[in-house]
Amino acid sequence: MIPAQVTAPDGLLLILALFLPAVSLLAIFVLGLRRPERIALPTLAGGLVVALIVALQVGHSGQAATYRLGGWLPPLGITLRADGLSAALIAMAALILFVVAIYARGNFGSEPDGAESRQPMVFWTLLLGLATALNTVFLAQDLFSLFVALELLTFSAVPLVSLEGSRETLRAALRYLLFALSGSVLYLIGVALLYGAYGTLDIASLHQVTRADRATSIALGLMIAGLMAKAALFPLHLWLPPAHAGAPAPASAVLSALVVKAPFFLILRLWFDVAPQPQPAIAGTMLAALGAVSILVCSVLALRQARLKLMVAYSTVAQVGYLFLVFPLVMGSEAAVPWASIGWTGGVLQLVSHAFAKASMFLAAGLIAQAMGHDRIDDLGGAAQAVPISLAAFALAGLSLMGLPPAGGFVAKVMLLTAAVATSNWWIAVTILAGGLLAAGYVFRVIGKSFAEPAKGAPPRNAVARSSELAVLSLAAVALMLGFLPLQPFAYLAIGQGGLP
Amino acid sequence: MNAPTLYGLCAAALVGIGLFGLILHPTPLRKVISFNLVGCGTFLFFGVAARRGAGAGFAGDPVPQALVITGIVVAFAATAVAVALILRMLEAGVATMDSRPEPPDDLSP
Amino acid sequence: MSLLVDLVLVVLILMAAVWTILVRDRRDAVIAFIVLGLLLSLVWMRLYAVDVALTEAAVGGGATGLVLLRACARLLPVEAEGRLPGPGTQIAAGLLSALAAAGLAAVVLHPPVPYPSLAALAAENIHTVGLGNPVTAVLLAYRSLDTLLEKVVLVLALIGVWALTPDAFWGGAPGSLRARHASGALDLLARVLPPFGVLVSIYLVWNGADHPGGTFQGGTVLAAMWLLVMMAGLRDPPGISLKLLRRLVVFGPAVFIAVGFAGIWMSGWFLSYPPDYAKPIIVAVEAALVLSIAVILGLLVAGPAAEPPKR
Repeated sequence: MIPAQVTAPDGLLLILALFLPAVSLLAIFVLGLRRPERIALPTLAGGLVVALIVALQVGHSGQAATYRLGGWLPPLGITLRADGLSAALIAMAALILFVVAIYARGNFGSEPDGAESRQPMVFWTLLLGLATALNTVFLAQDLFSLFVALELLTFSAVPLVSLEGSRETLRAALRYLLFALSGSVLYLIGVALLYGAYGTLDIASLHQVTRADRATSIALGLMIAGLMAKAALFPLHLWLPPAHAGAPAPASAVLSALVVKAPFFLILRLWFDVAPQPQPAIAGTMLAALGAVSILVCSVLALRQARLKLMVAYSTVAQVGYLFLVFPLVMGSEAAVPWASIGWTGGVLQLVSHAFAKASMFLAAGLIAQAMGHDRIDDLGGAAQAVPISLAAFALAGLSLMGLPPAGGFVAKVMLLTAAVATSNWWIAVTILAGGLLAAGYVFRVIGKSFAEPAKGAPPRNAVARSSELAVLSLAAVALMLGFLPLQPFAYLAIGQGGLP
Repeated sequence: MNAPTLYGLCAAALVGIGLFGLILHPTPLRKVISFNLVGCGTFLFFGVAARRGAGAGFAGDPVPQALVITGIVVAFAATAVAVALILRMLEAGVATMDSRPEPPDDLSP
Repeated sequence: MSLLVDLVLVVLILMAAVWTILVRDRRDAVIAFIVLGLLLSLVWMRLYAVDVALTEAAVGGGATGLVLLRACARLLPVEAEGRLPGPGTQIAAGLLSALAAAGLAAVVLHPPVPYPSLAALAAENIHTVGLGNPVTAVLLAYRSLDTLLEKVVLVLALIGVWALTPDAFWGGAPGSLRARHASGALDLLARVLPPFGVLVSIYLVWNGADHPGGTFQGGTVLAAMWLLVMMAGLRDPPGISLKLLRRLVVFGPAVFIAVGFAGIWMSGWFLSYPPDYAKPIIVAVEAALVLSIAVILGLLVAGPAAEPPKR
């Protein structure tokens, strides 16, 4: 317990990942700038560099990077840890945040007299808040610190939804806040019960001592229920479409790509690292069943949407449903450990490729709406001529959602299909295929309408910034590049799994 | 039955009552109050763990106590943000989440 | 015998809780909630958690209650509460809640033996930070990450509240907190109490290193004094873009993060303290935090700007 006098250099990067955005947001708060992106963009670039170095170091050393805050050892102190999965996710988050920031440069009008104004200040500080929050969720190893991280996430995300200030967005923000708070408090009850049962909240320590008794089951049940609400799993998904559709485009991109994935990541951690092995199969099947309903119901709802952003938001709920299919696929597999199974890799790849694809889609939707002056799908005629790059990005991103080659989503869904067939979960295989068909439906609907002739007497289109279009395309390109990954379990994701080295 | 166990049962009841209010009430302000009630119950669970974990010269395990202090402040911040949203919705003339759209409430004189 | 006291407290608390949920008028619900908070402070005393009792009274009952009361004042007293859901939903909700409560009660009634605790570990290491109050040791040493992140949460909450300012009012001051009816008693309190409040706040922070107390308790008392002064109309709420205000908000977290990074250089880890200087450093960080907490809490109660900025 006595603090050691040695600093682990790679561990120090984990501290920077958490606190670089926090320092930057405090700086913006106190300086009152007209263009806060002057501070935010370099910070997010720095965050990207830090995340990439961490990811490379973890891959190179084959071991997780660990940092003991204050030098205190668990269970008294708090640990940060980047295993293969965490390192991949912080790199993903850092890249998406950076590209979204490039897109959002100059998006929010500034006062001519050089004073700070509301929308830029709020947007950039909260974006940095999201960066700190996401990195904390992916790196912290203590269940209560994760609770604080979830609150950081909620308080950064909710005001972004109502940034524009209109009535609908205010209502959506309040509904989001109430769902998020309900989820947090359920999670916290679970934390209290776990502490009462085991006297520690450190994930690695819990991994070794959890037993399958009533307190643990109730605690984990409550925590997972709360996290389900935050991840918008059916039937707790009602808050997401209006919230993600009402936020400004760069915020929607981050919300759908990253914020909604963090609770799912925590469910993975709880399921595989905290829950006593073996987990009850029925629970995994129930989660997968809810995921399947999410996929089917929300894909159909996406087909029926009149507005582009709402369609993309319903698509998010559907694609997040795929993630929950992972549990029976991994548990039923013949792999020695969960992370060696193809279902695990498929699920993580789905998470990452959807993040890039959905971010690209929302940004493209933002540019399309900006060019056309509205986002009614039926009246999108002429968008293909107005913003061809954005539409191309939208289509490429759509490939990933549909699960068509060469996109990352294709590889992910093939892995999940393989796992489903291998574990004889035929209903999951059918759901995956059906979801892909429905996704094709709603993506092609938009593309089709965009290539139509513009309506007579339509208002002139607005210009959009070239840099923004390129940003959108780059995200879709990453989603595509992920399609070149081999169709087998990744060794990288297995680094550091299964307990502290 | 000792004091901590009694308070533990009280905590369970608070969580139940708060959950009932959270589901029952349609208006956001009452939901926020119910959320705070569930929060109080949750903190009390930590408190029971603290008292039961007394030892080493302390009257209670300090770790859960610290967690509760952090939690109380977070709950207050959440309430403040929620209330600000509710009042802003009022000014924007928005009906609350589940009631029918109505003309804007007048602010009290 | 003492269990009788606890039993009475529990009965009162449950009565207040049920009243909070079931009463029609929302102002009555808030008042019942404040009463619940004060009763809970007594419970924390019975559980020998004095720091928590102080925080619950100050923040949980006091500050939260204040925010809710101000909300009630601005919403119509008798408005369309919205129809309560039908009896089917009510029964289902009741069953679900009862099930949850029963499950939790079952867990409470079967604690593990021996009961796990971190008290021993906390006691072993407390000499390295030189503090007498173990809760402060947890908050500012062992689990300082949580406390630091929580400060960021507070700043984000403040930005979230300010984000609801209409664009034209950005930089202006929150609406006047002045009480509607001039009251001699309020005026007297606002003139007489603040100096004592400041003293109490300093005492709570200074003493919190070795005895119950600490930054949140001291900060809330300070915030309460500031709010009192504003409510009596002796001072106006400040404009939200005021330089001094922004600096005060950021001061505490900034000092905390700076000390954290300094810890790497001084004793090898982020947020670690050199053994001989731990206590003075911690008290200094607490002093900085108290100022920021006071300002943030006061501003969270005051709300978003409600008038155009003064040029």
